[in-house]
Amino acid sequence: MRRAGAVALNTFREAVRDRVLYNLVFFALLMMAAAIFVGGISIGIEEMVIKSLGLSAISVIGLLIAVFIGVGLVYKEMDKRTLYALLAKPVRRWEFLLGKFGGLVLTLTVNTAAMAVGLFAALLYVKHHLERADGVLLIAIYFVLLKLMLVVALALLFSCYTTPLLAILFTSGLYIAGLFVEEMRNFHFTTPNPAMEGLFRALSYFLPNFENFNVMAAAAHGREIPGALILQNSAYAVSYSAIVLLVAAAVFSRRNLK
Amino acid sequence: MPRAAIEIENLTKDYPFGFLHLKKKRSLEGLTMQVEDGEVFGFLGPNGAGKSTTIKLLVGLIFPDAGSARILGRPTTDIEMHRDIGYLPEQPYFYDYLTAAEVLDYFARFHDLTAADRGERVARMLKKVGLETARKIQLRKYSKGMLQRVGLAQAILHDPKVVILDEPMSGLDPIGRREVRDIILELKRDGKTVLFSTHILSDAEMLCDRVGVIVGGKLRGVGAPGDIVGMKAQGMEILFELPSGGPNATAILAKSTKTGDRYRMQVSEEELFLALEQLRGVGAKVLSVAQVKASLEEYFMHLIEADRAQAAAVEVSGK
Repeated sequence: MRRAGAVALNTFREAVRDRVLYNLVFFALLMMAAAIFVGGISIGIEEMVIKSLGLSAISVIGLLIAVFIGVGLVYKEMDKRTLYALLAKPVRRWEFLLGKFGGLVLTLTVNTAAMAVGLFAALLYVKHHLERADGVLLIAIYFVLLKLMLVVALALLFSCYTTPLLAILFTSGLYIAGLFVEEMRNFHFTTPNPAMEGLFRALSYFLPNFENFNVMAAAAHGREIPGALILQNSAYAVSYSAIVLLVAAAVFSRRNLK
Repeated sequence: MPRAAIEIENLTKDYPFGFLHLKKKRSLEGLTMQVEDGEVFGFLGPNGAGKSTTIKLLVGLIFPDAGSARILGRPTTDIEMHRDIGYLPEQPYFYDYLTAAEVLDYFARFHDLTAADRGERVARMLKKVGLETARKIQLRKYSKGMLQRVGLAQAILHDPKVVILDEPMSGLDPIGRREVRDIILELKRDGKTVLFSTHILSDAEMLCDRVGVIVGGKLRGVGAPGDIVGMKAQGMEILFELPSGGPNATAILAKSTKTGDRYRMQVSEEELFLALEQLRGVGAKVLSVAQVKASLEEYFMHLIEADRAQAAAVEVSGK
């Protein structure tokens, strides 16, 4: 585990030195602009607009980082052959994968936390105070982070055996499909074909359900989020990511590095 | 009887190719050899002969289609074996956002060393490979030769018992090559086993107790450098200058080649003393006398041509 930790810290350091966290400047500018202009054009709903905009930006920026850096996590190391010297050390391949995964999740956590601070700062600027109901935003941000963890696991899996371009297509495809899991489950309302219905139902349980993590509307309106959903989403994201990482480890453990 | 440091038995590797990877090209065929404990072993062969494939199989970067290999008695799949080996990849490339000190510290972490021990070893290795003044520069600003030195430092950082170097002299200037040679000799003095690949004959001759020659994925021989590569002298070359206005040297000049102001003459070992007498007779100044050896390229070409001839013979007899 200590070896996976060393890989994770190095992955985080790479992200920092490659200026990945510069996206925070963009986010800060977006929040400042929104805080200044939104009050002037939407009297009474400034708070909701700031919350929705902030959460959406946190999600989109996080997704871009998770996908675009995730797909290169292993591929780049193989392509540049930085992996060769490392795998000759007493480190197991699954430890390397776990470290790469952990490093990007750590980067995203730091990034998301910084953006969360920015969102609350913008909210404070607009409302001049914070209230208990604003705490729901933290849960929504936590769900975004869980979603990003799952995306990183998928990107890492594809990074183990295909090119970044294809990995981007596969990861994005799965993400988009995962947003429509509920629709797939309710397919029987729209088709009389039982075979199709069965296929879509099976697919809906196989695909990652990203819809579950979307509580932005509830958070923007200050509605409470049930504790059971927090537990369910946490367990789902951790177990699904673990399964994906196990598959990645199985694929990568027999991979020839040319 | 002491066990060999590296034991390779019938190692075979195919690389798939083509659109669906259905075709296979054999890169290594039934390689069997041993590297004894404490010896420096040179792995010789032209590009594409299978040297790097063998080394990658040994360090677990690729997996064999048949056969097995053991290092210090442990199979190459055993993670514990990796504690005792050091590996320098061919044309090494490291994380370019790190400095040399950071990359060495990173690799040292996988050997369960304490922070103080890591710091001490990193400083010692950087000094050893001549990078102590460049320790705080990011690797993206390093030359190829400097990266090679970083690679060598990370390979021996943890004091491994077996050191495997893939083309360690590649990309180095003459001073760098000399330093690498010194490090290899130092490793030998410390009782380490060193396996290194090269296609430069002089390196092998200077450093190796034994060499193995591989061509076309097949081992063509193992033994002392002079025996195996046919590096015994094929004649003697005399480099000399002639004084202006000296005695007539037409007979000598007929056997010589002029390069600038100097002449080279090639004679057999038996004729050497006679030739030197003749040169003295015409007042020549002998600058050097050196053995003439077959080049490794000639030796490889000879093996490759022999392979082709054998393949052609099989084809003809098949008809």
